[in-house]
Amino acid sequence: MTDYTYTLLIPLIPLALFLFTGLTGHKFKPVVSGLIGTTGLFVVTILSYMTAIRYFWTDHVEGMGYTSLKAFETTWIHFSDKLTVNLGVLIDPISVMMLIVVSTVSFMVHIYSLGYMKGEVGFARFFSFLSLFTFSMMGLVLATNIFQMYIFWELVGVSSFLLIGFYYTKPSAVSASKKAFIVTRFADLGFLIGILMLSFMTDTFDFQTLVSPTGPAITQVGGAAFLGLSGITWALILVFMGGAGKSAMFPLHIWLPDAMEGPTPVSALIHAATMVVAGVYLVARLFPVYSLAAPDALHVVAWVGGFSSLFAAIIACTQTDIKRVLAYSTMSQIGYMMLALGVSGYGGHDGLGFMAGNFHLFTHAMFKALLFLGAGAIIHAVHSNDMKDMGGLRKYMPITHITFLIACLTIAGIPFLSGFFSKDEILTAAFHHNMPLFIIEFAVAGLTAFYMFRLYFSIFWGKETHYHHTPHEAPATMTIPLLILAFGSIFAGYLPFHELVTSDGMPFEAHIEYAVAIPSVLIGLLGIAIATIMYRKQTEIPQRLATGFGYFYNWAYHKFYMDEVYLFVTKKIIFNYISRPVAWFDRHIVDGFMNLIARVIERSAYLIKGFQSGRIQQYGFVFVSGTIALVIIFIYLW
Amino acid sequence: MTINDFLLMRHEIMLVLIALILLIVDLNLKPTQKPWIIPVAMVLFIIHIIVGFLPAPEGTLFGGMFRSTPLINMMKNVLNIGVFIIMLQSYTWIMKPENREKMSEYFVLMFSTLAGMYFMISSGDFLMFYLGLETATIPMAALAAYTHHQTKSAEAGVKLILSSALSSGILLFGLSLIYGSTGSIYFTDVAASFGAAPMQVLAFLFFFSGMAFKISLVPFHLWTADVYEGSPVNVTSYFSVISKGAASFILILILYKVFFQLIEVWQNVLYIISVLTMVVGNLFALRQKNMKRFLAFSSIAQAGFILLGMMAGSQMGMTSVIYFVLVYIFSNLGAFGVVSAIEAVTGKVEMSDYNGLYRTNPRLSLLMMLAMFSLAGIPPVAGFFGKFFLFTSAASAGYYWLVFIAVLNATVSLYYYLMVVKAMFINKSDEPIAFFRSDNMTRAGLLLSAVGIVVIGFWSQVYEMINNLSVGLF
Repeated sequence: MTDYTYTLLIPLIPLALFLFTGLTGHKFKPVVSGLIGTTGLFVVTILSYMTAIRYFWTDHVEGMGYTSLKAFETTWIHFSDKLTVNLGVLIDPISVMMLIVVSTVSFMVHIYSLGYMKGEVGFARFFSFLSLFTFSMMGLVLATNIFQMYIFWELVGVSSFLLIGFYYTKPSAVSASKKAFIVTRFADLGFLIGILMLSFMTDTFDFQTLVSPTGPAITQVGGAAFLGLSGITWALILVFMGGAGKSAMFPLHIWLPDAMEGPTPVSALIHAATMVVAGVYLVARLFPVYSLAAPDALHVVAWVGGFSSLFAAIIACTQTDIKRVLAYSTMSQIGYMMLALGVSGYGGHDGLGFMAGNFHLFTHAMFKALLFLGAGAIIHAVHSNDMKDMGGLRKYMPITHITFLIACLTIAGIPFLSGFFSKDEILTAAFHHNMPLFIIEFAVAGLTAFYMFRLYFSIFWGKETHYHHTPHEAPATMTIPLLILAFGSIFAGYLPFHELVTSDGMPFEAHIEYAVAIPSVLIGLLGIAIATIMYRKQTEIPQRLATGFGYFYNWAYHKFYMDEVYLFVTKKIIFNYISRPVAWFDRHIVDGFMNLIARVIERSAYLIKGFQSGRIQQYGFVFVSGTIALVIIFIYLW
Repeated sequence: MTINDFLLMRHEIMLVLIALILLIVDLNLKPTQKPWIIPVAMVLFIIHIIVGFLPAPEGTLFGGMFRSTPLINMMKNVLNIGVFIIMLQSYTWIMKPENREKMSEYFVLMFSTLAGMYFMISSGDFLMFYLGLETATIPMAALAAYTHHQTKSAEAGVKLILSSALSSGILLFGLSLIYGSTGSIYFTDVAASFGAAPMQVLAFLFFFSGMAFKISLVPFHLWTADVYEGSPVNVTSYFSVISKGAASFILILILYKVFFQLIEVWQNVLYIISVLTMVVGNLFALRQKNMKRFLAFSSIAQAGFILLGMMAGSQMGMTSVIYFVLVYIFSNLGAFGVVSAIEAVTGKVEMSDYNGLYRTNPRLSLLMMLAMFSLAGIPPVAGFFGKFFLFTSAASAGYYWLVFIAVLNATVSLYYYLMVVKAMFINKSDEPIAFFRSDNMTRAGLLLSAVGIVVIGFWSQVYEMINNLSVGLF
């Protein structure tokens, strides 16, 4: 076995960068912090690619499956002889794949931010937060056990909170960051309970033991049944709740659109490519347990994913803030991935969905980061997020235009671009295992093409807008990442994922199934065609359609009033009927009791102060009395 | 003497040698050259620390009167680190004109008491134990009275010597009863024939009172506040950290090694005393306005927590005691370091003087906050784990009610530790302590304690290492 200990540097370098730029950032010019951070990330990226090449090709024996191995592990806390919390580095196909995703996107975002954030107050702070995020995400990806993953899971949440609220003088950014934090924290409560249940039933936190087909989690399908589901099923559903919170699945998605208040590079990194897919990664990480021990939990995953993707796609068709469109599109695509995992079986060709989910995660990271970075370049030029303020930009920003178009074609599933391959595998998996979900996803494919091209045409074609300042192409620091990611979006689909990332580590045969591929391409083209008719030139059609759909349009435009539902439940019901009585109890009974105790303690402190008189003879007296008292107690009374 | 004998006794031999060298160097220095003592003492002490970390053999000397094991060696190493931090933090104070004249005495006295404590820790019979005790106590009184031109300091010295005389008397009485009932003063012999006959219980209780005096457990603690307040700050931190830590080590070793047949008695004694100590210590600490007195009483309450670990009588109990003392050294020295740095520069010692400190001296305030959090036991700093392990070991021995009382007391202590934090960060002051820069030595000492507070909490190998060396009764 080859030595991978150096992979420890992959999380540690960003940690060092965070500490360094965070503590000393104010001492240099801002740009220096940015350059240090970017250089450090470059090293991390090189290390990640090196690991991937070694793991997948150089060190791999032909014909053998990919095994998971621990590059490093140390015991952190001893709970009992059986249960310890370890910290380590786990190398297996999905973690190596995620290394590539996180390092690539993070590195691109670092370069991009050098241009995008130029001149912002808190430039150094921004880069130190980016490093903190990269550290946490790498720690999450490389976790050897579920407890370590939970620690980094929360750290990722904290960095996301810090970055969404980066413009902390803007009230909307502050409330968005709070919203994101609270919603995901609430979901993580489920995750934590799930972890506790899992470890209680299996006596281990370790992923390798958990997912081993002969391990305790799978062989002793245990736990008392509750509401018709076994204990382990409940545990896994609760774990998935954490994943659904981070991955913005319905109904825990409400934080994601608001999170767009953060700087756009952050949206690209955290809210498109890396952190939001942590939930998918979590399910993939525990996939054998889901698949073999708790198929019911897997159904939940599939249906939550399928519903979220449809729900989000419908909303995306009505939004006018370009970042929000992309946010809903992200939610919809993550729904795809969840669904793919949910319909998958374990081992061989049955595991197609597992492979497809991870594949889509990979390609989606490339094209969605590209879309966000492109949107950032546009916002940078136009100083607005709203597509009503845009139009005809293709003349002013050629590079952004071309790369954005490539990304739109990719997400729409046009053949020979990466999105086509991964989406096709997902649809095939659904087609074979779950017909209703296949139909939903088929519809979503059309909607996706439609809303993406609605976005594209509204920005780059459409009406001739007169701008106050003529928009100009972004600087090279911003366009180069766009070009690199465009390259990734085009070619990422040619990676032989069915040989590399499979549910049981063994390669299997996968090919394009024309019965699925042709209709899905056609519906994508149809979506594009409709969008072209409606938005290529300014027409009356969108307005007419909106009135035609009437209530339904309004509902979708207002995101199906999900935020209002939450507000109603929290403000009207929870605050009034639960919080108020509790607050009263707290203020009058609990506080009253505490005040009483405090008063008693203070009083007794006053009473005993006589002992501390300063007279040595009295001290001696107390000393001797104490001894005698002990003697009396222990010889005569006890 | 073979090299092995030296290695067994290295701490004691080195300390005595250093003390002698310092005396000789001091004789040859002119009054203006006195500050040279500091680098000499520092370098020698660093060598001493390094020698301490050499691999430790196990064995006895002087026919069993002196013994050493890796565990004992580790206890001494822990204390060495604490003493080193105190030496660093003393720099500003010792360089004052009225103190620099006799600075060699400060170091010589400190090393002598330390050697006495080490003899106690290593003692294999009660004679060696008692010699160590007195070697440790008498120079301590001199240290307390170091600035004897100040009435308070002189008073502290006198009070310390008088009260320790009384406690030594009672302790000796206990020892003579032990000899009378077993016919031996060797630990191994005593342990073999010691039962729970009334006279033996009496002997143990007298012995225990003497030790309780050293650790300042209630009701044997009354000397503490006056002596701590009167002594120079750095001497106070030495008392409250090193002396208390050493005495805890000695007590747990003797309880486990010598009096294990009396376990039912001493578990109950410790139960009562720990409740009293925690409660009374906290009640007094609540009312203190003077930082030194405040820390004195809070350290009494902390001693009550240490007893929880001892009581378990298990390996985990011993580990948790040593670990707690290690953490406590760093946390308390962090707090004392700040108090001493401020007193040395501005002469201010009242809690109200600390109002608004964060605005003028943010780094000192942050360190103080870390130390307070650690003493109060707030995660993730080391103090949390220290208390956590103590409570766990007591709970695993079945003392749930005691742990409950201890948790309540920890909550009360949180209140007064946070009062300091509140003063520094929230309270406003018209004339806060002005910004000042400490010298490099003091800053190194402060930094070292801060690093200890943070790192020990996260670095679990420390706990594992202690656990591997610790022993239990069962």
